[in-house]
Amino acid sequence: MLDSVIFYFFAGIAVISAALMVTRRNAIHSAVFLITTLLATAGIFLQLRAEFLFIAQIILYVGGIMVLFIFVIMLVRLDVPLPQIRSGLQKWIALFVALTVGVEAGVVIFLARKAPGQGLLIPNPAPADKLPPNTEELANSLFRSYLLPFEIASVLLLVAMVGAVVMAKKRTEAP
Amino acid sequence: MNPTLHSILAFVQTWWVELLCAVLIVLVVPLIAGYLVLVERKVMADMPARLGPMRVGPHGLLQPIADALKLLIKEDSIPDNADRFIFWLAPVLSMTAALTSMGAIAFGPWFQVARDINIGLLFVVGVSSLGPFGIVLGGWASNNHYSIIGALRSTAQLISYETTAGFALVSGLLLAGTLNVRAIVEAQRTDHAWYIFLAPVGFSTYLIASIAETNRAPFDLPAAASELVAGYMTEYSGFRWSLYFVAEYANMIVVASVGTTLFLGGWLRPFPNVHWLGWLDAAPILLLAAVGVYYVFRAGKQPARVQSLVMWAVAFFSLVVSAIFVFASPFSHLPLAKMHDGLYGAFWFLLKVSAYIYIFMWLRFTLPRFRFEQLMRLGWHILIPLALVNVVGVAIALALHSEFSWNRWLATFFTTLATLGAAMMLLRWNDKYSAAVSAALLADSSIAEDPHAG
Amino acid sequence: MMPIGHYLFLSLALFLIGVIGVITRRNVIIVLMSIELILNAVNINLVAFSRYFGAVAGQVFALFIIADAAAEAAVGLGIIIAFFRNRETVLADEMDLLKW
Repeated sequence: MLDSVIFYFFAGIAVISAALMVTRRNAIHSAVFLITTLLATAGIFLQLRAEFLFIAQIILYVGGIMVLFIFVIMLVRLDVPLPQIRSGLQKWIALFVALTVGVEAGVVIFLARKAPGQGLLIPNPAPADKLPPNTEELANSLFRSYLLPFEIASVLLLVAMVGAVVMAKKRTEAP
Repeated sequence: MNPTLHSILAFVQTWWVELLCAVLIVLVVPLIAGYLVLVERKVMADMPARLGPMRVGPHGLLQPIADALKLLIKEDSIPDNADRFIFWLAPVLSMTAALTSMGAIAFGPWFQVARDINIGLLFVVGVSSLGPFGIVLGGWASNNHYSIIGALRSTAQLISYETTAGFALVSGLLLAGTLNVRAIVEAQRTDHAWYIFLAPVGFSTYLIASIAETNRAPFDLPAAASELVAGYMTEYSGFRWSLYFVAEYANMIVVASVGTTLFLGGWLRPFPNVHWLGWLDAAPILLLAAVGVYYVFRAGKQPARVQSLVMWAVAFFSLVVSAIFVFASPFSHLPLAKMHDGLYGAFWFLLKVSAYIYIFMWLRFTLPRFRFEQLMRLGWHILIPLALVNVVGVAIALALHSEFSWNRWLATFFTTLATLGAAMMLLRWNDKYSAAVSAALLADSSIAEDPHAG
Repeated sequence: MMPIGHYLFLSLALFLIGVIGVITRRNVIIVLMSIELILNAVNINLVAFSRYFGAVAGQVFALFIIADAAAEAAVGLGIIIAFFRNRETVLADEMDLLKW
């Protein structure tokens, strides 16, 4: 019972603030609603007993990426709402596409849904108390089975950091 | 309606201790933050032998209440073109981040909101990384140049020193082997050492990073009254300002608690495993009794009758409470006596947190302020490499201890020396590098002088 | 313990809202934010399956996606800043240097 309350709470916040995020004119408001969406997603991770991912989402996504977004929004000074060309056709095309994909995927999920334990594909998920400690398990997996992707990800982050600094740096003009 | 009510009641019945701790944190922390301000003013006054606030209440003890009343009845002004939603949201975000991160801190073996979460320390660090949002959104929403500049500088400082604090904590966590807050303190008990002695460079780095994390002097340029009016807090007045303010002092308590838990032994008394020092366990009660005896002797010498009566009352109360605790230990089936462990642990924890915060206040009065580019250079050029080298050093010490069976103290001693040597080389290289950059800039006179480049 | 369909529906909903955001908005910063939303939807999907199959590989993959999203956001925002310095706009309609 508590599980479903927590799930519906976080899922509701996620969907509502995502919908608000794509419809605001003010970019800072969009950023704030994306922050609430990301926090709600972190809550879903916690409800799925993925504790390390919960806190990694908060530190990296919310505390890192969103701060970067807000800095850039302030830098390009988009706080004034820009006049929107109401090309209504684009909006309706987007909604139609989204609805089509949504109905297709939704029917597939609905027809294949199974309660935990039923169905051939998904075995019984482990009850929550018998899970191994999440951080240790993740660390074991990350540093043993997936060591190469881990190192490549660190090189990727280094390259991204250097690239972002180079691109955003002010060019001092040579005479 | 009945099954819902029943499940709500069952929830409360299972988790009533945690809910009580949460409610206590939300109610008590603003009061403690107010009194921390009084303590800070008294400590800062004590440095040049002044007295601090003395007028409101006995020895100024009611000053925070007066300040809180004033802030509550002040006019709530919002700037003209400010974004009202964000203006309202920003202090709420700051306060929420500060109070939520207190949820995972164990203020003693009994008092913890979220018990047994496997990521306890990381939760505190992570949720307090939501703090910069309140600052940057508040500065932007004020529609004021000083606020925006102060907010951007403050946020840049905070996210820069978060990395350093994280690495410093990692060096302590390598020794502890777990992120669970209780397990960290238990590990310090079984290792017979506070981790400050095994990882002193880690502790010092964490101390410096936590001063920068809370925007305290000497890193308080973005919020200093003489520099940028009041930085991001300029346009806030009344209750909104008090939210920011409580958030700042609550952040101080949080970083002090994290440092205490990981490096200073949490709620353990000094020398927890030495048996003949077991009388130290009763130190809080002895302290209370000593206070009572001292007040008995001083009560007669007060100039005003009201002061005498108050001192007699305090002396009586403290002597009675210490007598209950001393003589009630045979009555161990009473719930009061079961609180012994919790209370004594909380006493040692709060004592260490107070010492940590006292260092903050001491440094505030002693050191001059850093300029912003000096601050950023210290964070990125000096402290992050030092923290990295420290992590490698502690890891090498642990490997020496477990693989080659060195003594733990010997291994950490040598790696600390190596880290300090690396730090000195780093400082020397940094000086040469910045001298070279300045020389290059001066020589090439066609490039405009950029004050942030050196 | 929720049936896994719930998590998949949630992930689908967030994904579609992100797609609508990418297609509809003119402001490229909000387009980038919608892309982050899409990546989050994928993360929820991965972590839900990781929990229901008891395999931690899903969470490892989600962690890599978060790291990758950080790198992509940093580089993307760097590009936007560089473009803004040249053209003073962040609207996708006005970034038409390649049109003739």
